[in-house]
Amino acid sequence: MNTNSNTYTIIYASIVVIVVAFLLAFVSSALSDRIGKNVELDKKKQILSSLNADFSGKTDSEVADLYTATVKADLILNAAGEVLKENGGFAVEVKDENAKDLAERQLPLYVCEWNGETKYVLPLRGAGLWGPIWGYIALNADKNTVYGVYFSHESETPGLGAEITKDKFKSQFADKQIRRGDNLTYISVVKKGKESEDTDFVYAITGGTMTSNGVDAMIKDGMSQYANFLNQ
Amino acid sequence: MGLFSKQNKEAFTTPLLNNNPVTVQVLGICSALAVTAQLGPALVMGISVTIIVALSNVVISLLRNTIPNRIRIIVQLVVVAALVTIVSLILKAFVYDVSVQLSVYVGLIITNCILMGRLEAFAMANKPWASLLDGLGNGFGYASILVIVAFFRELLGSGSLLGYQVIPESVYELGYLNNGLMILPPMALILLGCIIWVQRAKNPEL
Repeated sequence: MNTNSNTYTIIYASIVVIVVAFLLAFVSSALSDRIGKNVELDKKKQILSSLNADFSGKTDSEVADLYTATVKADLILNAAGEVLKENGGFAVEVKDENAKDLAERQLPLYVCEWNGETKYVLPLRGAGLWGPIWGYIALNADKNTVYGVYFSHESETPGLGAEITKDKFKSQFADKQIRRGDNLTYISVVKKGKESEDTDFVYAITGGTMTSNGVDAMIKDGMSQYANFLNQ
Repeated sequence: MGLFSKQNKEAFTTPLLNNNPVTVQVLGICSALAVTAQLGPALVMGISVTIIVALSNVVISLLRNTIPNRIRIIVQLVVVAALVTIVSLILKAFVYDVSVQLSVYVGLIITNCILMGRLEAFAMANKPWASLLDGLGNGFGYASILVIVAFFRELLGSGSLLGYQVIPESVYELGYLNNGLMILPPMALILLGCIIWVQRAKNPEL
């Protein structure tokens, strides 16, 4: 058979494309349930991580149970600090909300009970050097002192920007205060030698300046949406 | 021809050393620079590339007599892209943690020159079994270089291996510092250059 004729080439290309399309659609739909569950569980783990939860030796269902026991409510707030819904915050995609005007955004807030104390967990999302970065910040009941943080990223450089996910960076946030006097100053990520008197700060990652600046902006942008709630 | 004839064995063994895809064919350099700052991602990347290059070699080898010559590159790309997407979905469904760690690198396997190089140079002209061996050989050859480079970069750059601290605190107290240059991409290129230098010095035929 002449495999170089136009008809053969066109038919061959069509068949290859159709077969591959069916194959991909089949694999994707067959696995979508499992993937969806993994994504959901991963989000629960991220929220619990901001409370410094330890998952070592825990099965997936134990982690899910821990989440149910810890998170008492996943509220949806608006920018004025009013509660729109008592639950459903977990399903809100922060990425989509950030594309809207501030007044229209649905702001998820996780009210947690951890070691007998109330903690507020706020989601954060921003831009690193190569792609999106996101995280969760847990505040004590005074809405001023940071209890813990969790950061993750899509494509920051391993060994440099990606170090924001390491304990060495995250542990700096504990016990920092987001206020100076009555003003919300949040927390700055600064280079050594550029420490500021006006705000609490943590040290940036050496060699990961762009990602560190992204974390700095993400904390300020993310938390300022909740300013009215934090000042209640 | 036997399953492990001399030719088949060579298809597997030469890419490990004397025809190594990274140091001799100088393919796949981009990912060798990008993922070698730490040992963990380098290992997983090496394994993923090995699996995909072996599978796509087999698929293309099975189709080799039917593929129209004028669109062969497109067909190869479609096969590679489909396999990468399937592998990435399977990783997400069964080992979610690993897929999070690999993030964008899995997608980048599509653009790895080793894949297209092996499909064009070997799978289009050889039987499936030989192509499988060739794919595995090239994958392992690629992975071995990645692991060597990542070993030195993580050890000297971060003082750890696979995330575990191996250089003790007391050494740092004596004034030892991690070499920050090691975790930057240029140092991967310099290390790679050193490996090529050693290899060529040992084997003047290259």
